[in-house]
Amino acid sequence: MKQINFFDTPKVDQVGINDRISRITSRSIKDEAKMQGLYMILNMIDLTTLEGADTEDKVKHICYKAMHLHDEYPGLPTTAAVCVYPNFVKTAVNELKGSGVKVASVATAFPSGQSSLEAKLADVKLAVENGADEVDMVLSRGKFHSGDYQFVYDEIVQIKKACGKARLKVILETGELGNLDNVRRASDIAMHAGADFIKTSTGKISPAATLPVTLVMLEAIKDYYYQTGRMVGMKPAGGISNSKLALQYLLMVKETLGGKWLNNTYFRFGASSLANDVLMQIMKQKTGNYQSKDYFSKD
Amino acid sequence: MSRIEVLKTYKIYIGGQFPRTESGRFYQPKVNKKAIANMCQSSRKDFRNAVVAARKAQGGWANKTTYNRSQILYRIAEVLEGRKAQFVEELMLQGTTENAAKEEVNLSIDRMIYYAGWCDKFVQLYSTVNPVSGSYFNFSVPEPTGVVAVFAPEQSGLLGLVTQVCSIIAGGNACVVLASESKPLCAITFAEVMATSDVPGGVVNILTGNRAELLTFFASHMDVNTTLYCGDDKAAIKTIQEIAVESMKRVRVREDGDYFDAKHENPYYIFDFQETKTTWHPIEKIAGAGSGY
Repeated sequence: MKQINFFDTPKVDQVGINDRISRITSRSIKDEAKMQGLYMILNMIDLTTLEGADTEDKVKHICYKAMHLHDEYPGLPTTAAVCVYPNFVKTAVNELKGSGVKVASVATAFPSGQSSLEAKLADVKLAVENGADEVDMVLSRGKFHSGDYQFVYDEIVQIKKACGKARLKVILETGELGNLDNVRRASDIAMHAGADFIKTSTGKISPAATLPVTLVMLEAIKDYYYQTGRMVGMKPAGGISNSKLALQYLLMVKETLGGKWLNNTYFRFGASSLANDVLMQIMKQKTGNYQSKDYFSKD
Repeated sequence: MSRIEVLKTYKIYIGGQFPRTESGRFYQPKVNKKAIANMCQSSRKDFRNAVVAARKAQGGWANKTTYNRSQILYRIAEVLEGRKAQFVEELMLQGTTENAAKEEVNLSIDRMIYYAGWCDKFVQLYSTVNPVSGSYFNFSVPEPTGVVAVFAPEQSGLLGLVTQVCSIIAGGNACVVLASESKPLCAITFAEVMATSDVPGGVVNILTGNRAELLTFFASHMDVNTTLYCGDDKAAIKTIQEIAVESMKRVRVREDGDYFDAKHENPYYIFDFQETKTTWHPIEKIAGAGSGY
């Protein structure tokens, strides 16, 4: 394969990006289109719990929630996946058996990624052997900032190999990358190294996902698709907690990549509280009344 | 050279910020057919945003010590005192005489202090230890109801508003208030006072606009715990009560009359926005009494 010089990735026009974002955020989506969008969002959510305080029971709770979003209102989809730490993968796989909801596991010394390659591979192996369908790895930001792009690239290649059949999402942690040029560069490295998805954030750092960062990543995916013909997925994660914002993300995907990406094979939301807000919006459309969190399950 | 006077645009107050209404609409209250200001005509979405802000702020406000809430209410009174002249001017612009305006502002400050004093006292007044048959220590305490949606008095644009708002927040609630439609100026200036006097953003949110337009939303929003209606429009009260049933919302009705009257200084005004929590605490039999307290 042709060597790529990652020092030479395209530069990002920040003003242009902000201009496009402001046009996207000023559009409003209503009625039928809004309802379709809301259903689509539910079906794209990776319902996530990544706390030090997680327990088996908490994981069982969110698995139940993933399958039964709001039983009072029949016909709702399930979420796309449940995202947990590797030691909870087995529990999640058991709970979700036969439901079609996938199990994603973070791995590779999440969230910092500061560990040896051996430890990271062992982490991935644990997740995959326990039955994870998807692995969310973190990019080595320290090495990235040192300009050691080869290291970053090789590491992703190794981990992709260890994933086997599981799909690999590479978390760039854009909140630590500094600027949009770096986001673009990290996206290119991850995709060329074999990522099936690129993901904005761990959710542990602020800012997490933002519209401009996501747009830069979507543009990178588009360019990569034109070069190679391979469709890479996108997952903004963290900080997307209301439906209006989520709809704007969908709009951006549709405008940048087209309808082929508008399904949960190629687009996901990493979120824990978004689902309830979407459910509240759906109930608002149905009943006409603004809703309260009190009437929806917490996890 | 004569100068063209700038007519102030009063913005609304949501979550500690002063945004314009998302609808972009405005109206001009008139005195003697002359427009006195530009006011935002709030929409149901402004109301929704305000409820979100109120809900977010309410927990923190309720968790402050009662003593601290008392201090903050007193601080509002202090800042009000410093801006007396502006309030008097606005009341006069709305058609009040100078003397009446001064009296209304003074009483508003006093009323704020009155309710500030109650913050750390009403709980003791309304708590009880209940006699029960069984070895339990059984007691009841009032707790804030949560988010209150308020139709402020139409006639008493400042004093009426202050009376309602301070009795509600004294008890640890957050509120979303629709100011008087015809006399809204002081309400927004009062919001400016709130914003500069240690009241956390979102505890008090003030909208201006048309009462009839927002009526059903104040009653139907599932995340509002109590709706307060000040006025005597029987049909409106009936509508609110009917819609409120859906979410088991409490509805309180107060008059839209003379807020100068001392009867509006009343700790039951705080109690109207409290829920009573009763706790059964198992204990040993005590003092050979056989049962609990």
